[in-house]
Amino acid sequence: MAKKLAIIASKGTLDGAYPPFLLASTAAALGFEAKIFFTFYGLQLLKKDLSLKVSPLGNPAMPMPVPVPSLIQVIPGMEAFATWMMKRKLKSKGVASVEELRSICLESEVELIACQMTVDLFDFKHEDFIDGISSGGAATFLEFASDADITLYI
Amino acid sequence: MSAFDVEVDTSGLNCPLPVLKARKALADMSAGQKLHLIVTDKGANKDIPAFCKMTGNQLVENYEQAGKLHFILEKGA
Repeated sequence: MAKKLAIIASKGTLDGAYPPFLLASTAAALGFEAKIFFTFYGLQLLKKDLSLKVSPLGNPAMPMPVPVPSLIQVIPGMEAFATWMMKRKLKSKGVASVEELRSICLESEVELIACQMTVDLFDFKHEDFIDGISSGGAATFLEFASDADITLYI
Repeated sequence: MSAFDVEVDTSGLNCPLPVLKARKALADMSAGQKLHLIVTDKGANKDIPAFCKMTGNQLVENYEQAGKLHFILEKGA
């Protein structure tokens, strides 16, 4: 029987988008049955138009070309700059885009589940999300996770 | 170098794309056919054997040449 991977994706930033899609697509390639449950800010990863960002603010570990004090990081445009820098870096290092990894997940039948409670909480509409996803609640995730070989909260 | 049926060059691509591209190529091949996978992602030295182990494909040969990693994978039954 296929091994199972269950992931909760709770982050909606550009850097936070990588681990769930990357691990689930690779797991599918290794023959796993994989499901990702998107909750809270993780729901952003299911939007048709991904406008994911990364911020150096409150993230002292983010490598910057020159040290940028927190007070400067609040200046409008800094987040856009950091995002542009990160995307350029990802591309130059041959790292797949989030969109690409998400498509591979869908093609390889990774089940993408939107947490219905947080969809309602944020007044998101199902038409905001990509096709091919499902929705469910805590029990949906736990039922699959109870039987999973690997369970991750990201 | 062993003979092969299909060649996939993932030069310049990073983890996990070499594994994903290997899987895609193997899906269209039949058992016993060989895939020549070219990789520049250094993590592949661990990742490709792990991929083979998990998927029942056999790593027939691997070597480094001109800074690139070469793997010959035989598709399992």
